[in-house]
Amino acid sequence: MNPGTKTVQRGTHQNPEDLSYVTYKLVRFSELEENGKPKWYFFADQCRHCITPPCKIMAESLHVKAITQDASTGAVLYNPKVKIKEKEFKRIRESCPWDIPRWDGKTQGMAKCTMCIDRIKEGMLPACVKTCPTGTMNFGDIDKMLEMAQKRLAEVKTAYPKAELTGVDFQRAIILFADDPKKYHKFASVADSTVVASMMGQTVLVG
Amino acid sequence: MTNHYIDFRNADVILNMGSNVAENHPVSFKWIQAARNKGATFIHVDPRFTRTSAKADIFARLRSGTDIAFLGGMIKYILDNNLYDEFYVKNYTNASLIANPKYGFDDGLFSGYDPNKRAYDQATWALEKDENGIPKRDMTLQSERCVFQLLKKHYSRYTMEKVTTITGTPQEDLEKVYKAYCATGAPGKAGTVLYAMGWTQHTVGVQNIRAMSIIQSLLGNMGIAGGGINALRGESNVQGSTDQGLLFHILTGYLPAPRAQWATREDYNKTTPSSKDPRSVNWWKNRPKYLTSLLKSHFGDKATTANDFGYAWLPKLDPTQDASWLNLFDQMYKGAFTGFFAWGMNPACSGANAGKVRTALAKLDWMVNVNLFDNETGEFWKGPGMTPTKIKTEVFQLPCAASIEKEGSISNSGRWMQWRWKTTNPPGDARPDSEIMYDLFRKVQALYRKGKGAFPYAILNLKWDYETNGKFDIHKVAKEINGYFLEDILEHPFDKKPYKKGTLVPSFVYLLDDGRTSCGNWIYSASYTEAGNMAARRKKTDATGLGLYPEWSWAWPVNRRIIYNRASVDLDGQPRDIARPLLKWDTGNKKWVGDIPDGPAPPMGTAGVYPFIMKPDGVASIFGPGLKDGPFPEHYEPLECPIEKNIMSSQRINPVIKIFEGGPDTFATCDPRYPFVCTTYRVTEHWQTGVLSRWLPWLIEAEPQIFCEMSQELGKLRGIENGEKVLVETQRGKLEATAIVTLRLKPFVIAGQTVHLIGLPWHFGWLHPKDGGDSANLLTPTIGDPNTMIPESKAFMANVTKLIPKPAKKAGRA
Repeated sequence: MNPGTKTVQRGTHQNPEDLSYVTYKLVRFSELEENGKPKWYFFADQCRHCITPPCKIMAESLHVKAITQDASTGAVLYNPKVKIKEKEFKRIRESCPWDIPRWDGKTQGMAKCTMCIDRIKEGMLPACVKTCPTGTMNFGDIDKMLEMAQKRLAEVKTAYPKAELTGVDFQRAIILFADDPKKYHKFASVADSTVVASMMGQTVLVG
Repeated sequence: MTNHYIDFRNADVILNMGSNVAENHPVSFKWIQAARNKGATFIHVDPRFTRTSAKADIFARLRSGTDIAFLGGMIKYILDNNLYDEFYVKNYTNASLIANPKYGFDDGLFSGYDPNKRAYDQATWALEKDENGIPKRDMTLQSERCVFQLLKKHYSRYTMEKVTTITGTPQEDLEKVYKAYCATGAPGKAGTVLYAMGWTQHTVGVQNIRAMSIIQSLLGNMGIAGGGINALRGESNVQGSTDQGLLFHILTGYLPAPRAQWATREDYNKTTPSSKDPRSVNWWKNRPKYLTSLLKSHFGDKATTANDFGYAWLPKLDPTQDASWLNLFDQMYKGAFTGFFAWGMNPACSGANAGKVRTALAKLDWMVNVNLFDNETGEFWKGPGMTPTKIKTEVFQLPCAASIEKEGSISNSGRWMQWRWKTTNPPGDARPDSEIMYDLFRKVQALYRKGKGAFPYAILNLKWDYETNGKFDIHKVAKEINGYFLEDILEHPFDKKPYKKGTLVPSFVYLLDDGRTSCGNWIYSASYTEAGNMAARRKKTDATGLGLYPEWSWAWPVNRRIIYNRASVDLDGQPRDIARPLLKWDTGNKKWVGDIPDGPAPPMGTAGVYPFIMKPDGVASIFGPGLKDGPFPEHYEPLECPIEKNIMSSQRINPVIKIFEGGPDTFATCDPRYPFVCTTYRVTEHWQTGVLSRWLPWLIEAEPQIFCEMSQELGKLRGIENGEKVLVETQRGKLEATAIVTLRLKPFVIAGQTVHLIGLPWHFGWLHPKDGGDSANLLTPTIGDPNTMIPESKAFMANVTKLIPKPAKKAGRA
C-alpha cells in the first residue's frame, strides 16, 4: 500500500484527511478563532481501547466475530480477515463514540489501532510511543499512567484552566486536552452521559 | 549557537523570531516545553500563525522584512525604561567606548557613504583609542560620543507608533513582547533567542541578528545559562560545513580565505586582529599559528620554511571578490564555468530565482550530481521549458550513502561534534561522500603525474594519505582535523612539557607557527586526542545540573558548552545568577569550576582580562564596526516591498546591497501587478528541497503538493476558495499551487494601507511526485544580504489569482 500516490492537497494540513483502513492514527488539526485571536489545536486520534468496548458489544449483537479483547492487555482487536457487510460495519462504526472503526470495501474487513499488540506482547512499546521524540505519548500500567496524567493535568491547569483528561474511567487511551475536547474534533469526547454509562456497564462514573 | 539545545530549558523567557521552531526543529521543542513547565514564557514573533504560535504564551505578528523596526523599538523600550543590566553593560560591552568624532548618521545613511560604489568607507566608524592604543572609555556613559549615547540617539527614532506603522504589529502586542522579554534584564533572569532563516534570508539579514545581539548585550543575556543567540541551523551538519571552511570567504576554523593582495604568509598575518590593550585577550592574535598548522596539515613534509609552508599554493580570491552562491550562479549564467559539482544539494530548487539557476546549468559542459536520490538538478535538462536536444551539459550522477550508511561526525547547532557509526551498507553503487572525494582526488593526482596540468603544486603537494590497509579511513581525517606534533618537542612553550612526534596535539593552545605542528581545523583541536575520539563519548554526567553534559560528544572550542561564559560572573568570578551558576572562581584552589571557561585567566577584577576574548576590545559590540551596512542596525525595506517610502528614512532599501540587473534579474516594488508580500518556508513533513522526503510515501501523503497560504480576507478579495488551484506570479516566474485559505494569516495595516501576505513552502520540484508542483524559488529574487549574500527569500512581492482550469488540460512536460 503506497498512500503517497493517492493523497492530494485539498486546502489543508490535515493529510491524510481521516482515519482509514490503513491509517490507524493521525493528528487532527483544528483551526478556530477566539476573541479575534487564532487558535490551532492538535491531538492524536486513535482507538481508545475501551474497557467495555461498545463496538465489540455491537458486533456480538450482530453475530459478527471480528472483534476480540486481549485478556492480559485489554487491547481491543479487529480481525481484518473476517468479512462483514457494509451495513453491519456502519452499525459498529456508529456504536463507537469516537468514530474509530474503518472498513475496506475490497477486503470487506475492519481495521483500527491494534495497540501494537505484537510489539507489547514482546515487551516493546507501541510504535507511536517509541518513535515520538518529544515525549507526548506514554505507555504503561494503568495506575502509573493515571498518576502521570493527573500530575500533568494539575501542571497544565495553571496555564490552561479548561484542561481535562478524557476517558479516565472507561478507556485505556487517556488524552489530556488543554481546552474543551469538542474544539479539537467533533468526536474527541463523549458529552452524552448515557452513552458513557452504557459503555461502562456496571461501573459508576465518578466526577 | 553560543549556547546549545538543552540549554533552552534554563531560560526564563524564550523568544522565537525569524523561525518556526515547533515545525522545523520539532525535537528541540521538548527543551522549550521543559522551560515552560518550569514557568518560562515562550514568545513567538512571525508573519504567520504557525504550530509554534499555537504553543506560544505570546504571539505577535509582523510584516515579513521588518524585524529591525521591531527590535529597534525593543532597544528603545529597554533604554527608555532603564531595563538594561547596568553592571553588564558598563563592564562587558563597548557601551562606554567613544566613537570617532566624524561618525554620524543622517536620514538612513551612516558617515562615509559613497553612492557610486554603493559602499561605505568605514574609517569614521572606528572607536577612539588613547595615545597607548587603548580604547577610550567613559564609565559614566554620559559622554555624547560614547556608544551608549549614540545607541540611545539612534533608536530614539524607533517609537512605538513608527514601529507599528512599519511592522503592522498592533501596539499592544509590541508592548506585551517588549515587557515580557525585557524583564530578563534583571540580574538572575535569563532570556534566550532562537532564530533561523526568517532572520537571515533578508537584505538586512546580518543586521537582524546584530539587533538582537545588542538587545542580549543590554539585558546581560550573553554568556549565561538560558541566554545567548541561538541559530537553529537548517541542516543537521550545516554548522560543521561552515566550521570546516565550505564557504568561499573562510578556510577551516573561520580563518579568512587568502586574497590576491596577501601574496605571502607574512602579508596574510599582517591582517591578524591586534589589540594594545593588555586587558583584552584578543584570541585571534594566535591566528598565524593556526594558519601555519593548517598549511602543514595540507602539504605535510612539502610545506617548509623555505617555501613559506606552501602558502603560495592556497587559492587566492581577487582583492574584493565575493564568490558566494548568487555571484557563482550569476557567473555560471553568463557562461563563466565549464564544470560544476552539485554535491548533496539541489540548486535547481534551492537557489533563489531558480529559473535563472536552471538556465545557468545549461551553460555548463559537464555537471556531477552527487546525491541519495535523483533530483531536479541532475535532471534539469528535461525539466519544464527545457529542450533536451539543445542542451550541451553532460550530467554524471553519483549515488552516495545516507547518514546511517557511513561513519563520521556531524556538528549540530550547539557546536557539538557527534560521532556516528555505520549501521548498514549503502545500496547498490552508492558510496560515502568522503570515499568518493578520496578516490576522485587520487585520480586527479594521478593524471597530474602523467601530464602537465594547470597549477600543479597545490595538487601534487597535497598530502592525501587518509587510508589504512588500502582503504579510506575516516578516523585519519578526524585525527588530521585535530592535529599532530610533527617533531619531538622537548619543552613545549605552552606548558614546558615534552611531546612526541606523531602524537595528537591535546588542544589548539599547543599549535605553533614554526611548522612543528599540524592542524586541519584549529577550533576542532582537542576533539580527537591521545585520550581518544572525544566526539564518540556518550556519558551522561552533568556536574553543574545545567544540562551541559560535558562528557557527551564534544563541543568546539575545547568542549566549552556556552561561549563567552566569563560574562556570567561578577568581577570576582562569582556567579551573577545564583540559581544557574555556569562558572565560579574557586579562590582557594585558584581555578574555575563549571563549564570550560573562555581562557584560564583569573577573574576580571579591576585589572584582569575582559570576558569577550574573541573580540579585539574584549567586550561585546553594541557598536559594531565591521559590517558592510553600518555599525548599528537600521530598518530598510526589502528590495521588493509594498510601500513607496521607508518610514524611517529616505533610503528605501539597504544602500549597500549589490543589485543584479538584466535578463532574469528583474524586480517589482510597489507595482500593482504584484501587490502582495510573499514569503517562503518549510513544513515539518519535508526536508529542504524535498530530495530526501518527497520520495517517502508517508511524508508525501502528509504534505502531498505545493500550497499557497493566504488569509480569508485575501481569499475573498481574489475570489479564491480554500482548496482551489491558484497561480502565484512574481516578476521572475510563476507557479501553480493549491490555496489554503486560513484564519491563521491576517492582512497587515502598514502606513494606513492594507497589506496582504501569502506564503509557500519550497520543498517541491517537478520531478517527483508528478503532480506535486514546482519549486517556490522560481518566484524568489537574486538579491542578497551585503555581508553574506544570503538571498532574500523571505520577503518579496507577488500576485495570486484563481486558476481557471483549461478544458482537457495536459501536463506540458517533455
